[in-house]
Amino acid sequence: MKKICLTVVGIFILFSAVFSQRYDLDTTGYKSETLKLEEANLISGYYNQDGNHSAVTGGIGTQKLNDISNVIELKFVKWDNFTNNKYSFGLELGVDHHTAASQAYISQTGASKPYGTRVYPSMNWKVEKPNHATIGFGLAYSGEYNYHSYSANFLLGKASKNNNREVSFKAQAFFDNVTMLEPSELIPKSTAGTISTYTSASGRSTSYSSGGGRGEKLIPTSPRKTFSGSLTLSQIVNKNFQLALITDVVAQNGLLSLPFHRVYFNYSGKDTDKIENLPDTRLKIPLALRLNYFLGDKVIFRSYYRYYTDNWGVQAHTASLEIPYKVSPFVSVTPFYRYYIQTAAKYFAPYKVHEMNDQYYTSNYDLSAFTSQFVGVNVRITPEKGVFHVPYFSMVEFRYGHYFQTTGLVANNFGINLRFK
Amino acid sequence: MKKNSYCFLLAGISLVGLFTSCASVKEYQKNKLNDGEMELSSRKAERPESNFQSYREGASGANGGKVGGGCGCN
Repeated sequence: MKKICLTVVGIFILFSAVFSQRYDLDTTGYKSETLKLEEANLISGYYNQDGNHSAVTGGIGTQKLNDISNVIELKFVKWDNFTNNKYSFGLELGVDHHTAASQAYISQTGASKPYGTRVYPSMNWKVEKPNHATIGFGLAYSGEYNYHSYSANFLLGKASKNNNREVSFKAQAFFDNVTMLEPSELIPKSTAGTISTYTSASGRSTSYSSGGGRGEKLIPTSPRKTFSGSLTLSQIVNKNFQLALITDVVAQNGLLSLPFHRVYFNYSGKDTDKIENLPDTRLKIPLALRLNYFLGDKVIFRSYYRYYTDNWGVQAHTASLEIPYKVSPFVSVTPFYRYYIQTAAKYFAPYKVHEMNDQYYTSNYDLSAFTSQFVGVNVRITPEKGVFHVPYFSMVEFRYGHYFQTTGLVANNFGINLRFK
Repeated sequence: MKKNSYCFLLAGISLVGLFTSCASVKEYQKNKLNDGEMELSSRKAERPESNFQSYREGASGANGGKVGGGCGCN
């Protein structure tokens, strides 16, 4: 943790030094043929939560969790004088570190390590053509101890001649691998030097090669694939008002449950727990609308609504409103409120409610019926001469929010964005 | 279900009305639309909270964020 904090401070100092040096930045339409750093963002977050419905312990244990995240984004731009194309190249590196009390109880004795780190680099490339068309693609990786994800995306966009309307399409594919870390009491027993195959209720088979015990290198993985298509229509209504309509279709297949989530059944005999079991496919359709309106000279209404449905039986509505108030041309203060409501997935039941003959079962409260509220404030400072008079340190934005669910889960989130431009 | 259908019909009609009433806005008239607070996307500082919401809630997507990858196991 100390290392991560020191790394972030080091990178911040490095950026301050790099941007303090005098050289021409391409921010005013100046056309050059070399790739130049246009913008850098450092985004950090701290999140903590507490509740009493952990899926690791079958829907009854502590959900205490702390997470610190740091992301560095770099955006390079190059103009081609001959074709008038604008090329953008983005690089990103993120590191998260969490501690989760429930994670210790993957082992029945509470001896599993209760922390983990995730690293997620990505890159993207985009070209904007003079005919208002945009083409881009990107690659990303996300890796943590028990989960590895590789993804690729492709982007197509077209704006109207007056740039008042834009339609864009983004396709994404994720190829993930879940390491089969199971509760200690549920690890399939194997014989030295043999390969044993465990088949779940949904028909998934996982093979364990054994050398007598189950060392870390022998833990098998199971794949999960996600494919999505996203269509966005942005429209300027008048000089104060613009909106965006966003539709996603997300299809998943593979292991969609997690191997260390326990479920306890309504059964009085021994061995009342099993690993959660969910269908191998899921189709999600979220549909959202953003409306932004500038009222007068100081107040903005940023609103968002999303309807979500999937074939697991979850239906949800999300509505949020932010009202930025411009204290001065360089400072805005934004109170915000978000309301969320969802129905339960067909496969959810609380602790010891599932029947032993259920085909699919989970006690993960993320899939239960609940409402949540999120309230907080955002402060954005964009001084004319740079933050703390540091040239190119163009913006600092702080954000704090308090989150609570009707399940009893309570969380706090801090976010900060430092922008160099 | 019927209630949902009526809501979507009403929203659809309102949107069509909005799109047909759009004015042509010139570049020099876009100073308010180009304000950083008017961006039609989530703020970068919102990224950590979008992450936790996609893990803690059954619904996700249609917010410009990620739709897959990452465990969110706890």
